[in-house]
Amino acid sequence: MGGKLFKNFSFLSATLSFFILIGIFAVLFQYAQAALHEFGIDFLYSESWEVDEDDEGGLFGGWIPIVGTLLSTLIAMAIAIPLAMGIAIFLTEIAHEKLVKPVSVAIELLAAIPSIIYGMWGLFYFAPIVQSTVGGDGVGLLTAGIVLAIMIIPFMAAITRDAMNTVPPVLKESAYAMGATTFEVVKDVVMPYAKGGIIGSIILALGRALGETMAVAFLIGSVMSIPSRITDPTTSIPVLLANNFAEAQDLEISAMYYLALILFVVSFALISLAKFYFFGRKTV
Amino acid sequence: MRTNSMIMEVKDFSFTYAGASAPSLKRINLPIEKNKITALIGPSGCGKSTLLRSMNRIHDLYPGNTYEGEIRLYDHREEIENILNIKKENDFIRLRQAVGMIFQKPTPFPMSIYDNVAYGLKLAGIKNKGEIEGRVEKALQDAAIWEETKDRLRESAMGLSGGQQQRLCIARAVALKPDVLLFDEPTSALDPISTGAIEELIAELKKDVSVVIVTHNMQQASRLSNYTAFMYLGDLIEYGETDKIFLNPSVKLTEDYITGRFG
Repeated sequence: MGGKLFKNFSFLSATLSFFILIGIFAVLFQYAQAALHEFGIDFLYSESWEVDEDDEGGLFGGWIPIVGTLLSTLIAMAIAIPLAMGIAIFLTEIAHEKLVKPVSVAIELLAAIPSIIYGMWGLFYFAPIVQSTVGGDGVGLLTAGIVLAIMIIPFMAAITRDAMNTVPPVLKESAYAMGATTFEVVKDVVMPYAKGGIIGSIILALGRALGETMAVAFLIGSVMSIPSRITDPTTSIPVLLANNFAEAQDLEISAMYYLALILFVVSFALISLAKFYFFGRKTV
Repeated sequence: MRTNSMIMEVKDFSFTYAGASAPSLKRINLPIEKNKITALIGPSGCGKSTLLRSMNRIHDLYPGNTYEGEIRLYDHREEIENILNIKKENDFIRLRQAVGMIFQKPTPFPMSIYDNVAYGLKLAGIKNKGEIEGRVEKALQDAAIWEETKDRLRESAMGLSGGQQQRLCIARAVALKPDVLLFDEPTSALDPISTGAIEELIAELKKDVSVVIVTHNMQQASRLSNYTAFMYLGDLIEYGETDKIFLNPSVKLTEDYITGRFG
């Protein structure tokens, strides 16, 4: 009796997450209908974002926030990937045992800092540094990208380290026993062996960078324009949504749901890809 | 006379693991004869693997171990070298290419069959593609795995069976033309048929290299080896020709172990 109840309860809990996923997608899709009808696929590469005050309509396009999202994420990934790999390699192959624990804990703590703190730190401390070294207004694509990188590095490094720790010691020993150096062991044995986990960590971090709102809202400048230089301010999908949602009406709301739908689909696709890689690693 | 026939010589060698209070090996003296098979036997924890792993300094991957004494390598130029004095990375690489090692479990690298064997050659700085190709084929033939792999050289080595993987690992070591090959219980993870194939292969290999093998399997030691060393609790109890050790050991402890009274 109790067993059956428990079974049903856990079944319900497990299926709930699935329905929530479907539900969110359905709502996004439904609310985006007006914009989908009005702008169709042209929405993706239209630069305008103008509210028509009279008839509560307007002309909306996602090009600027889409480009801003992609560029800030690209900058973040370009900085984060080599550094995170370096940290993971250091922790698994090079660091002395006594150093591994404290550095690992520090990295996990960094990953736990709320993003608004990164945003504040970035705006008040880091943006002036960027301004004085490479110019620009302080806030902009580059600042947002760098702080995003700092945010995702701990996460990426931690997962990559875990993946590298699964390499059997005897496999590394046998490479050393053939005269390989640490660099060669990492390059030829550790990285290929942990490839699935490493790619998975990169994709998960990518998903996080794409959807990051608070820190980027502080740092990207929130300006509706295509950046012509790397230090120029622009905007991103989550930032645009967070900034405009409170005041928007009718068609603009629908256009924002359209943007949210795009972000949802891209993030969902990326996470699925990451899961596929993790899964693939287990079956090898 | 004996010195000339030796390839390696362990002299008064003591070894203590990092953080351990007592040494795991105590003043070991052991000659390794050229082109012969020397077996190290003894119960678990006797130090035979520790000794083997000292002979290519693979212990040094983990810091803090201490050792005393000498392990001499008489290389093909008849130069004598105490490998315990090696400090530079280049010298470690040279040592490990002269003294190869095969592990308990097959350890194919995550790359193709061909690249597994070519890997050590590339590490050794050989760039000539033709030479690498020739030596890979020769090594695979020497390791008696050429027939099974020649049509699938570009496939992942992970797809081979356990026994084939272990022969691939031997091929990989042989390709470097080492002076000595160290086998650390090479058949403990294999079925009897694969074990037979590996044993045959090791017996064949001694034409070109000197072999040191650690084994738990007494029959294997008596079948394969020319010399046997019996170790117990970090001491080398007895060393001699295999026939003598197995048929007429001079120490009571050796006899007890060989006849299965403990261990």
